[in-house]
Amino acid sequence: MRWWQGRKRDADVQRELQSDIDLEEEEQRESGVPPQEARHAALRAFGNPTLISEQTRAVWTWNGLENFLRDVRISIRTLFRSPGFSVLAVLVMALCIGAATSLFTVMRSVLLRPLPFRDPDRLVMIYEHFRDPENNAQGFNYTPVAPADYLDWRTQTHGFEDMAAWYYWPPNLTGEHGELPEMVQALGGSWNLFPLLGVNAAIGRTFTESEDRPDGNVVLLTWSLFQRRFGGDSSIVGRQIHLNGKPYTVVGVLPKWFTYPDAEVQLWVPYARIGSEVLTHHEYHFSRVVARLRPDVSLASALSQVEALQYQLHMQNLHAPVAEDVASRTLIDDLARDVKKPLIILLCAVGCMLLIGCLNVANLMVARSAARQKEIAICSALGANRITLIRIQLIESLLISMVGGITGVVLSLAATNWLVSIWKDLPTAQNVHPDGVVLAVTCALVFGAALLAGLLPAISSTSKSAIAETSSRTAPGSQARTALRKTLLTVEIATTVVLLIAAGLLLKSFWRLRTTDVGCVTDNVLTMRYSLPGKKYDSPAKVNAFNETLLERVRAMPGVRAAALGSTVPGAGYGGDDMFTIPEHPRIAPGAPQPEALFRTADPGYFSALQIPLLSGRFFTSADRNGRPKTVIISDQLMRQCFPGENPLGQHIHSMRGNADYEIVGVVADTRYLVGQPDKVTLYFPVLSGENTTGLALAVRTAADPLSISIPVQKLIAELDPKLPVSHVLTMQQIIEQSLGNASLSASLVLGFAVMSLILASVGLYGVLSYLTIQRTGEIGVRMALGAQRGEVVRLMLVDGLRPAFYGLVLGLAASVGAVRLIQSMLYGTRPLDPAIFASVAASLLIVAALACLVPAWRASRIDPMQALRTE
Amino acid sequence: MSSMAKQTPQRANLLQGTLDMLILRTLLYGPAHGHQIGKHIQRTTNEFLQMQHGSLYPALHRLQQKGWVTAKWELAPDRNREFKYYRLTDKGQKQLAVEESKWKQMVDAVARVMWPVVEES
Repeated sequence: MRWWQGRKRDADVQRELQSDIDLEEEEQRESGVPPQEARHAALRAFGNPTLISEQTRAVWTWNGLENFLRDVRISIRTLFRSPGFSVLAVLVMALCIGAATSLFTVMRSVLLRPLPFRDPDRLVMIYEHFRDPENNAQGFNYTPVAPADYLDWRTQTHGFEDMAAWYYWPPNLTGEHGELPEMVQALGGSWNLFPLLGVNAAIGRTFTESEDRPDGNVVLLTWSLFQRRFGGDSSIVGRQIHLNGKPYTVVGVLPKWFTYPDAEVQLWVPYARIGSEVLTHHEYHFSRVVARLRPDVSLASALSQVEALQYQLHMQNLHAPVAEDVASRTLIDDLARDVKKPLIILLCAVGCMLLIGCLNVANLMVARSAARQKEIAICSALGANRITLIRIQLIESLLISMVGGITGVVLSLAATNWLVSIWKDLPTAQNVHPDGVVLAVTCALVFGAALLAGLLPAISSTSKSAIAETSSRTAPGSQARTALRKTLLTVEIATTVVLLIAAGLLLKSFWRLRTTDVGCVTDNVLTMRYSLPGKKYDSPAKVNAFNETLLERVRAMPGVRAAALGSTVPGAGYGGDDMFTIPEHPRIAPGAPQPEALFRTADPGYFSALQIPLLSGRFFTSADRNGRPKTVIISDQLMRQCFPGENPLGQHIHSMRGNADYEIVGVVADTRYLVGQPDKVTLYFPVLSGENTTGLALAVRTAADPLSISIPVQKLIAELDPKLPVSHVLTMQQIIEQSLGNASLSASLVLGFAVMSLILASVGLYGVLSYLTIQRTGEIGVRMALGAQRGEVVRLMLVDGLRPAFYGLVLGLAASVGAVRLIQSMLYGTRPLDPAIFASVAASLLIVAALACLVPAWRASRIDPMQALRTE
Repeated sequence: MSSMAKQTPQRANLLQGTLDMLILRTLLYGPAHGHQIGKHIQRTTNEFLQMQHGSLYPALHRLQQKGWVTAKWELAPDRNREFKYYRLTDKGQKQLAVEESKWKQMVDAVARVMWPVVEES
C-alpha cells in the first residue's frame, strides 16, 4: 500500500460502510421499524462504524510505522498545546541528562577507555609496600621504588616481559648561552619505557640502551615544549639544550598525544643520568616502575616472584628502609587514583538527580493526564484500546526525553570542557571527549528516562478504574492517581535528602580543611622556589653566599616584613623524608620499623618569619653553617614521640641522609605539611650547611598585597644570577587552596546537584498540592459552607502535602546512614553520621517543603464556598 | 444487549480462521456486497453465527489484498444505488478448495476423537 493511496482508500472504506449502513437502515424500515428508530436500529446491528473503518483501514496500512508516525504527530501536537509543561519537562531532562553525560564522559575517558598504549591491559605499576600498619594508615602503602630494587626486579624475575622506570627531576632549562632560564618538569625514564609502552617518537627517535648511562646526555622533548619553546622547528633534533648548565643533545620529540604521566612533563632524560652511585641504593624511594605482563603468566604468579625477591632484599638490608613487600595496580588505576572515588561519588549524585528528574517529569505527566482524563475516557469510549493510549503517552515522554537528551548532550559538551579545565587532578594521558560508548549510554539513558517518566503515569491513567471514575463524577478525582503522585514524591524527597546529606558532609569536611591551621602565618606571604645548579654552585661557600645575599637584600626591600628560606614551606607538600636514630637511646632491633621524619632545611630567620613558635632551646644562628657544628631542630611531635619525659636538648639525632650525628638545639611547634594529612614528625637542618641537595623555597612576608612584591623579588634574583629561574610563585593562601582543589570541587558539584534536586522536589510538591487543591475544591467548599475556618483549611492542606515530605525525609535519612559509607573516606574531620548535618538537612527540607505547600494551601483557604458548590 | 455483547467474543473466536472460508464460499454463488455476505452467513446458519462487522470488513479487505477476491462499485439491480461488490477470483477458488479440504480434515479429526467408531477395528 503506497502512502499516497491512503486517502483514496479511506474514502472508499467510508463509502462502503455508509452504503451498507444505509441499506441496513432501509431494510429495518421495510421490516416495519418506525423511520425515526430505523437509523439507531441499523447502527446497533452494525456496530461502531468508526471503529470498523479504523480496523478495516488497518488491513491496508503498513501497521507499525504508520501508526507510530500518527502517534508521533498527535504527541507533538499535544506537547505544543501546553508549551509551559513541555518546556519545563524538557529543561529538567536536559539538565539531568546533560550532567550525567558529562560525568560519564569523564569517567569513560579516565577509568574505562583503554590507555593509548600497546596492549594496555597488560600494563601494571609495581610499588614497594611496607607492612608497617602506621605507614599504611597514612596512605603510604604504594611506596616509590628504589633504583637498586628496580634493577634487581628487572634482571632476576621472569614473570614480566619487561619493566621500565621513571622519576621526577625538575631541572633548570636554558638555551646554549644560559638565555631564557626556566624550571621545567622533567622525567628520567629508562630507555625501554617507550618500547614497553609501544610509543615511537614523532620526530627523531627515543633513547637507546647505550644512552641510558650516567653520562648519557641526551633528551627527548614532549610535543608541548617542542611547540612552545622551539616553535615546532624540527631542526632542534640533533642540537643541544642546557639543563642545569650541562649540554644535552635532543634526540627526538614525543608525539602530541603522549602526555603520560601528566601534561606538565616537558622533557625526558635517561634514567641512569641520576648517577651510578645512586643506582646501587635500596633505600632511595623515588622511581615508578611500569611492567608489562607476559601473556602466558598470571599477574599473581608474576608478582609473587617479585615479592619473594623483595623480601630477600629486605632481609639483606635490615637497617635501611627497604620494604618487605610489593604492591601493584593497573596503569589506568594508577593514573586515576586521585579522581576515581570523587568521580564515582559524583556519578552516583548525578544518577540520583536523574532519578529525581524522571520522577518529576512522571509527576508532571500524571498531573497532566488528570487534566486529560476526559479526553482519555472519550478516546477509550470511541474504541481506542489501552495499548494505543499507553503508547501515545510513552511517545510523549520519549519526545520530551529525546529533545531534552539532545539539548543535554549539547550542554554536556560545554560542561565537560569546563569540568576538565577546573579539575586539576584529572589524569591527562587520555583526552576527555565523548565517544561511541558515551553516545550509546546517553541514548540508553534517554530511553530509560522516557520509560520511567512515561510508563507509570500512562498505566495508571488508562486503567479501567481511572476511566470509570471519570465517567461517574469528578470530585473524588482518582484516589489511585493521587496516591501514585504521593509515592513518586516520597521517593523524590528521599533521594533529595540523601544528596543533601552527602553535600552537607562534603561541605563541612571542606570547611574543616579550609580552616585547618597549618601551623604558620599564611596571610600576606609570597613564596617562590628556585634550585641552584650544582655545576655553578659547587661549594658550600658559593651556595651560602647566594642564599645569604638574597635573604639580606629581600629583607631590606620596602614593604617586606620578614623573609624565610627553607626546603619546603608548611602546606606545600611532603617534600622528602629522612630516617633517623637516637644515639643516646637503645638500638632498635633489626627488622623493627625505623623512625622516619620529614626532612626540612631552614635559615636562622625561618621560624620567626613564618611565626612558628619556639618551644625550647634556640633557633639556628648564622654560626650553624658548613656542617660545623652539626645541629638540628625537632618538632614538638617528635619530642613527644621520641623523648617522652626527657629533655631532648643536647641529645643527638643520627640522620640517614647526612650519615652523621646532629645535636638537638631547639624544639619548635608542629606544622602541617599538607592540608588534610595527619601531622608528621619533622627534622629541621640548617640551610646554611651549604649542601645543595634540594630546591629551596623563599617565603616573603609583606605588609600589603604579597603578589605585588613578586616582580621586585624576581628582579632581585635575576640581578644576582640572571640564569637562575624561579618557579611556583604563589602566595601561601594559593598553596593551601591548590591542595583543596579536589575537595572543593566534589563538595561544590555535589552541592549543586543537591540544590537542583531540592528545587525539583519542591516544584513537585507544589504541583501535587496545587492539583489536590483543585481536586478537592468541592469538598473544601462544603467544609467551609458547614463552618470550617480558613485556618483549618490551611492546616488540612498543609498536613496533606507535608505527609509525603515527612515520609520521604524519614526514608531519606535512613538511606543516608548507608550512603554515607561511600563518602566516608573522603571526609576530613567530619563524622559520617554528623548529627548537625542530619538535623540541618532535615530542618531545611521541611522548611522548603512547607513553603512549597503554603501557596496552594493558602489558595485553598481562599475558595469561595458558594462558587465552589456552584461549579460542583 | 449487554448479555449478547458478552457472548459474541466466544462466537467470534469460533469463527476465526474460518471466516475467510465462509466468505469465499458465499461468493461462489456470485458477486455480493459486504452487507449481503454478512446477512447470508447469518441467515444460512439460522442466526447461529452472528456476523461481526468489525471482523467482516477487515476480512474482506484482507482477501482483496491477497488477490482472492476483487472489488468493484456496481449498481444494485433492486436499489438503484452503487454498492461495493466482491467477486471471487480464480486464485480465490483454488484457495477455497484448499481451505475446504483443510476444514474437512479438521472436522474428521475432531469427530474421531469425539465419537470413536469402535466396530471397524
